[in-house]
Amino acid sequence: MASAGTTGSGFLLKKGCIDQLTPQLTIEGLTLHFGGVTALTGIYLEIMRGEILAVIGPNGAGKTSLLNCISGLYRPSEGKIAFEDREITQLAPYQRARMGIGRTFQNIELFKHMTVLENLMLGRHVHLKPGLISSGLYWGRAQREEVKHRRRVEEIIDFLEIQSIRKKPVGMLAYGLQKRVELGRALAMEPTLLLLDEPMAGMNIEEKEDMARFVLDVSEEWGTTMVLIEHDMGVVMDVSDRVCVLDFGRQIADGTPEKVQQDPLVIRAYLGQQQ
Amino acid sequence: MPRNPLVMDCGIFTTRYKDDMAILHHPGAKLKVLAVIIVFAAFPLFASPYYVGVANLVGIAVIGALGLNILTGYTGQISIGHGAFMGVGAYTAGILTATHGLSFWIALPLGGIAAALVGAFFGIPSLRLKGLYLAIATLAAQVIIHFLIIHTPSLTKGTAGMVLPAPQIGSYRLDNDLSFYYLILILTIAAVVFATNIFRSRVGRAFMAIRDRDLAASVIGINLFQYKLLAFALSSFYAGVAGALWGHYMGVISPEHFTINMSIMYLAMIIIGGLGSIMGAIFGAFFMTLLPILLREAVSLFGGVFANISGIILSMQDAIFGLIIILFLIYESEGLAKLWKNFKEYFKLWPFSY
Repeated sequence: MASAGTTGSGFLLKKGCIDQLTPQLTIEGLTLHFGGVTALTGIYLEIMRGEILAVIGPNGAGKTSLLNCISGLYRPSEGKIAFEDREITQLAPYQRARMGIGRTFQNIELFKHMTVLENLMLGRHVHLKPGLISSGLYWGRAQREEVKHRRRVEEIIDFLEIQSIRKKPVGMLAYGLQKRVELGRALAMEPTLLLLDEPMAGMNIEEKEDMARFVLDVSEEWGTTMVLIEHDMGVVMDVSDRVCVLDFGRQIADGTPEKVQQDPLVIRAYLGQQQ
Repeated sequence: MPRNPLVMDCGIFTTRYKDDMAILHHPGAKLKVLAVIIVFAAFPLFASPYYVGVANLVGIAVIGALGLNILTGYTGQISIGHGAFMGVGAYTAGILTATHGLSFWIALPLGGIAAALVGAFFGIPSLRLKGLYLAIATLAAQVIIHFLIIHTPSLTKGTAGMVLPAPQIGSYRLDNDLSFYYLILILTIAAVVFATNIFRSRVGRAFMAIRDRDLAASVIGINLFQYKLLAFALSSFYAGVAGALWGHYMGVISPEHFTINMSIMYLAMIIIGGLGSIMGAIFGAFFMTLLPILLREAVSLFGGVFANISGIILSMQDAIFGLIIILFLIYESEGLAKLWKNFKEYFKLWPFSY
């Protein structure tokens, strides 16, 4: 797994080398309306290369909307998003994926009728080249490419410890494993920015620990920048370098886990105000 | 040690990814495919010309059904315009050979390409429309193309139809069932191999991803619009080739061959055969082409016993089709291909299933 440094400089950074000077993703004045409902209001956020940022907040705070804006599923009503010094506000999701933004979903969005291998190979889609004709002939380069990328996918299978299920249809797997496969599909893209929407939701303690270990390992091995939505405060405090707190679409705090925990606004958002 | 030929692929352990990814990844499978090809190649030697003709129709239907399965079964875009796309292929190739005297061997791929372009054009609504709404949009394609064929008599000779010349290799004319048989066999095998390869590599996987979860497909870098159009184009290319073949095989084409009935017929094929399966398209094409013939045979067999049965059964043919489709949807929604898979699974471990 050491030979992963192929796409972008972010991949070569090690944990502990968070680049505090050049943000990888910059969000300026992001506002999102759905008709009369405002999901996000004036978010300013800089995500540094190599850090793990946790986004927390009560239900309906706008956390998933924020990720959807970054990955391009929602177009913000106002504001700008820049990734790797390039404005991406108007780009389609597939263009952002090609730039190196990968993500997982809160409700698993795998390709249920396909096997684990096929799902992971789809993660390699942006790196594979063969077009329609060479795919159909499956000769020479097309075949070599498939084998080459299969090798990369097998590395990810080893990393996530899912060797035994590689040829099983994803729809038949247990929930925790599906979550892991979805992480694998995002990793197969070799993203430089990885958005994880509640990767540990609905898991038992062992599964949570496994997932937390994978998140830390990804960060350590590849230095991938990660944005993580999570409700389990224990996990958030242990895993993240920085925490951003949203409440009713507004950003109410941003800082180290310790600092955010003491913030009166955060305590009020979570516990309500004392009468 | 020689393997027991009855025990299929248990105990096959590959050591290279290339072998693991092969379609026929054990020696038995290669032999089986070879045997099937030999049987088909030898078929005309012991079959009457009538049955060779039936086999030709089956082969053409396999190509057409593969095309529709690429679009509807694998990519999840419902189309009721498949018959019209076959018509585009048949008429393009027909006009090129009959009116312009072009060689059939050039007209055939051009018919496919014309159908692919028209198919891609009518696939544009698929960016915004899904499911039933897309089905209605492709129904529009069916109606518009049919209308255009009838109302441009200067090109298509309108409702009178066109007479198409037989293809030639040098001075040898392919004008009987037997000579067409091998042409259709080769093209059908090519169509099956191409489609099989597509769905084990990059482009086919993208098609299936769009079917399963288009949202997730877009965030892993698949351009939905591009791939949907590509699926429409590829599907229509198959349809166009099937149509051009059919036209030159029959020698006559007219608008009433490429109506919505044909589109529904192909949909029925892939539903009965199995959506999203190459074998499904093949089984479905066999089933739907052979069923009316079998019905007729059965009727003539019992005709002596029950005097009126022929009239009743033959007039109920459509109802019997409908009944079979409903039964398949209820009891085996994955079609004949699933039945075949179950059968193979059973024999994988036979006779010691432990």
